Amino acid sequence: MSLLESENISKAFGGIHALDTCSIIVEEGTITGLIGPNGSGKTTLFNIITGYERSDTGIVRFNGHTITNSTPDKVFRLGIGRTFQLTRIFPRMTVLENMHVAAQRQGTRALLSRWSSKHEQKRALELLDFVGITQLKDMPAENLSYGQKKLLEFAFILIAEPQVILLDEPAGGINPVMIAQLSERIRTLNKQGVTFLVVEHNMEFVMGLCNTVTVLHRGTKIAEGVPGEVRNNPAVLEAYLGD
Amino acid sequence: MKIIRIALLILLLAAFIAFPLVFSDPAITEVAVFTLFFAAAASGWNIFSGYTGYIALGHAVYFGVGAYAMALLCQDLNIPAGYTPFLLLPVAGLIAAAFAVPLGWIALRTRRHTFVVITIATFFIMQLMAYNLRFITQGSAGLSLPIPFDWSADFFNLPFYYVALAILLLALGTSWWVRNSKYGLGLLAIRDDEDRALGLGVKTGPFKLIAFVLSAFFVGMIGGLHAYFNGSIFPPFAFDALFDVAIALMAFLGGMGTLFGPILGALILVPAQQYLTIISGETGYNLIMYGVLFLVIILLLPQGIIPTLGKMWHKWVARRSIKEIPPAVATTTAQEALVTESTAKKDEVNL
Repeated sequence: MSLLESENISKAFGGIHALDTCSIIVEEGTITGLIGPNGSGKTTLFNIITGYERSDTGIVRFNGHTITNSTPDKVFRLGIGRTFQLTRIFPRMTVLENMHVAAQRQGTRALLSRWSSKHEQKRALELLDFVGITQLKDMPAENLSYGQKKLLEFAFILIAEPQVILLDEPAGGINPVMIAQLSERIRTLNKQGVTFLVVEHNMEFVMGLCNTVTVLHRGTKIAEGVPGEVRNNPAVLEAYLGD
Repeated sequence: MKIIRIALLILLLAAFIAFPLVFSDPAITEVAVFTLFFAAAASGWNIFSGYTGYIALGHAVYFGVGAYAMALLCQDLNIPAGYTPFLLLPVAGLIAAAFAVPLGWIALRTRRHTFVVITIATFFIMQLMAYNLRFITQGSAGLSLPIPFDWSADFFNLPFYYVALAILLLALGTSWWVRNSKYGLGLLAIRDDEDRALGLGVKTGPFKLIAFVLSAFFVGMIGGLHAYFNGSIFPPFAFDALFDVAIALMAFLGGMGTLFGPILGALILVPAQQYLTIISGETGYNLIMYGVLFLVIILLLPQGIIPTLGKMWHKWVARRSIKEIPPAVATTTAQEALVTESTAKKDEVNL
């Protein structure tokens, strides 16, 4: 049984079919790449899986449970974390405060507990260290550079220890050194058992990192397989290079 | 540093406690009582609006409900004048909070401008009801509360001053508690990006509603206390649109979402308003001067006094420690900025 799967998801915005009976599978322990030309429905699929948008038809399954059209907080608490294409952090809070938001798992006990318990504080600092921005911990997050914001978003997802992480263009707009570091971090986490689903336009990054790649075109899956195979698939080449 | 802070707070508290004993002129203590009323109400309002960023302009509803609850409780339970009515304040607050549950639930289904408009609408609905539900409110004839005739003119303001101070401390303590809890962190996250917060497991709906109800509780208690202080209530004064604007302005001036901002705002604006009223007499010029004063403040301190001072302090510290920034950090950031631009452009396919 696969960890995360979407089955025949369709979604239309007005007359535009963003997704058309789209089925993808993410096996546990993999780094799965999700690629496709602009407008092929990758982000829409992310939004539907994580509860930010409702699908018109189809089913999303996670760990065997149906989570179709669930709400974002429920999806996250089940163990699916995500980042956004346009990084979304909390600009007016400090980096450290940002780290603690995602550790909201106590529900009603939240009112009675300090946000900076020793254990969580330590964990937050460890993760900031892991992505390499510890020195910025007391800065308002809005002062961070674009790349640093991406790292922060990645780090605060990790604090809740999700089983699967959906990354929406993690390498977009950050420098090559940082991209290499990011790949390294993703591999490390993957070895520790975290599953990844990665949307990315940087093919070098995707082909180097992912075990398996799924290609979307016009809202439908047109290919899947190991990177080398997908790269030479005629349907994929046609989708990218145009009609 | 922490010890100095605590010592300063204790000193400040002592000053508040001693104030009406040192300046015992009733004309002055009356201004002090009003200042504390508004400081407590603005602090309560700040727990919701300051932390979540949702600007509620209908908290006069809870002020009015607290006032009417107080009047009706005193009337129906035959409470004599004196200290007993003060004991009913928490009940008045709870009744206001109970009204806030459905009203908040409805209003919080919307965001931003729509939310502001809906809260204003709830205010008008409640004011109209106070006029028209005569069998409860006596309509525009108003209700009267017990008047403590055996308190001398010199003494009269003191009990109200200290009760208001107690409510202010309670509101401030709650505000501090919220700000330092996981819950408060969730509220701040809602202020910055509500959908992102939801996607990190923050239960945004219940979080917002709890804050809304908490703030209504404090405003309701102040409404009840104000009613007892005045001795009578009428719909336009219990449900007063100026009250909505006043507490919001105080929080804006002092600094939204800061612990002491609303109190600072009240400490400046209430005495200023009262003073301007006295020196201009019946002419109404006081409102114009008040407006001008306000525009000047907004122009010079758009974020409020406390955040502006905080920023100036940070800048000053940063300028002093500029040499201490490790060179590695500085270069990566610069390098990165360059790369960001170039990669953003070629963000196309290179299969």
